[in-house]
Amino acid sequence: MADTADIKETGLLVDQAAETGFRSRLIYVGRLLWRDKTGLVGLIMFLIVVISAVFAPVLAPYDPLRQDLRAAKQPPAWSEEGDISHPLGTDNLGRDILSRIIYGSRVSLTVGFFGVLIACSLGLLIGLIAGYLGGRVDNVIMGLVNLILALPYLVFVVFIAAILGQGLIIVILIFGFTDIPIFVRITRGEVLRIRESGFVEAALSIGSTRKRIIFNHILPNLIGPLITIATFEMSAMIFYEAGLGFLGLSVPPSVPSWGNMLATGRKYLTIYPWIATFPGLAIVFTGLGMNLLGDWLRDVLDPRLRRMKK
Amino acid sequence: MQRYILSRIVQSLLILLGVLFIVFFMLQLTGDPVSLMVSRNASPEQMEMLREEMGFNRPILIQFGDFIGGALVGDFGMSLRHRQPAMELILERLPATVELAATALLIALLIGIPLGLLSGSNPGSFWDTLARGAGLVGQTIPNFWLALILIVVFSVELGWFPTFGRRTWDVFGMELPTKSVILPAFSLGLFTTGQLVRFTRSAVLEIKNEDYVRTAYSKGLKDNQIYLRHILRNASIPLISIVGVQFGYLLSGSIYIETIFSWPGIGNLLAEAIGNRDFALVQAIAFFASLVVVTLNLLTDIAYGLADPRIRYGD
Repeated sequence: MADTADIKETGLLVDQAAETGFRSRLIYVGRLLWRDKTGLVGLIMFLIVVISAVFAPVLAPYDPLRQDLRAAKQPPAWSEEGDISHPLGTDNLGRDILSRIIYGSRVSLTVGFFGVLIACSLGLLIGLIAGYLGGRVDNVIMGLVNLILALPYLVFVVFIAAILGQGLIIVILIFGFTDIPIFVRITRGEVLRIRESGFVEAALSIGSTRKRIIFNHILPNLIGPLITIATFEMSAMIFYEAGLGFLGLSVPPSVPSWGNMLATGRKYLTIYPWIATFPGLAIVFTGLGMNLLGDWLRDVLDPRLRRMKK
Repeated sequence: MQRYILSRIVQSLLILLGVLFIVFFMLQLTGDPVSLMVSRNASPEQMEMLREEMGFNRPILIQFGDFIGGALVGDFGMSLRHRQPAMELILERLPATVELAATALLIALLIGIPLGLLSGSNPGSFWDTLARGAGLVGQTIPNFWLALILIVVFSVELGWFPTFGRRTWDVFGMELPTKSVILPAFSLGLFTTGQLVRFTRSAVLEIKNEDYVRTAYSKGLKDNQIYLRHILRNASIPLISIVGVQFGYLLSGSIYIETIFSWPGIGNLLAEAIGNRDFALVQAIAFFASLVVVTLNLLTDIAYGLADPRIRYGD
């Protein structure tokens, strides 16, 4: 972690960045990342997962669905009976674990990305309405938000998933919709804070329209907190998707996903422990990367925090 | 204070009413609850019989009225599978879940608070690095995976703990926990431990700079006294609310942990009920879990109010 002098400098860098153009901003972000190594490590870890999802057909040594019963239950390459042809070993049906993990990142990232996209866009819209209109509309919206946030989340997600059945789109919709309240709360809180601030008052006094205030003053200030929360929520969704898969409630069992692999691995846990070990490590790797990235984004994007640290 | 408590109670009751509404209408999401409950090759006659038996052929508002009426006296109907009232099944399983969640919370408190305190009081030290690492790891390791790894290492390889099941030690009719609770409780409590470390650390860092701490130093008090009597005591007020929220999380998390360890609690019952498509039981568990969480939140807020004079004398 950077010491105080470093952070001070980081803060100054960010302030300078705000005043210059997009390209130089990118360069500044690069320098900020270089300065705070944990953020850089997080970003690299996240990019590794993204790259393996995008280039899965190129990177995976085998077809993730291809069964080879003669090579079944092979331990990882570094153990005695292991073989370099399957670096992380094979599962009960002789499918290559490394290839399945690489393909599995597609399910995780798709769920995380589209889930957050739905939750964030709807949450932003509803939060803006609640925060800007206030009054009865705000009361009703926040009442519903507090109701949903008071529920034991996992129990209800499992309940809904059991009713709607398996499928990628269903899982995305479940996470997308159940996660809306988090974004509503953040957006509304920020809108209330920004609405009271001096620059909005100034904009109002020179006769800016409501639309102009929302688009030119409130939205740009929301981007920072929303990106930060989106990172954490995406990591949480990847986590929950694996959990649903583990219970057999996510994508169909034929699809290679980390949760499904864990569910298979659990059955053979005591005899072939590697089947469950590696998909779990993939989840930890992704979660760690995104959390490091999220922590760094929070420090860099939150102007209040920067001021506090200075 | 009384007005505050009263308004929180009313709010909680409204939330529970909302929960009943959600739990009831969720089953209607697909249009036909009966098709959810029967196996795929059930004949139309069988489905019709079940529809008759469960009362799904009545108007929806009457069904809802019945559901609410039953729920108010704790009646959520019969479990299709067990042929036993759903609430009865839940209450039978309650002690096992409470044992697991309470042990998990205890482990989290015993590790999380001292580590957070050590780390917050010496930022940059070895303890600080360790604590921040633990906080991060606790948040990123899925408990269902950790449980599997712990079983492989401590039960299969080392043979220190049983691989699954709950064994209790009966003393005068009381069921006391044995070491069978340790692995499940540790896996369940890891996330909470991480949260507590992070939370205690930042609270200590903040409180350290308060005026009253400086005064305490200037009076010549020893470090130990300051940390225990001034810093930890003030940090413990917001800690109450974290603990309340986390207990609800532990209850939810027990779905995985109880399934993995075949722990005979409510989480296991829920996983079973979902496997058996026993939705009356699923509804009852969802409501029960919400009831516990909402009640805990209410108690937490009241405790918070009592502990913090600023809230106590607020109105």
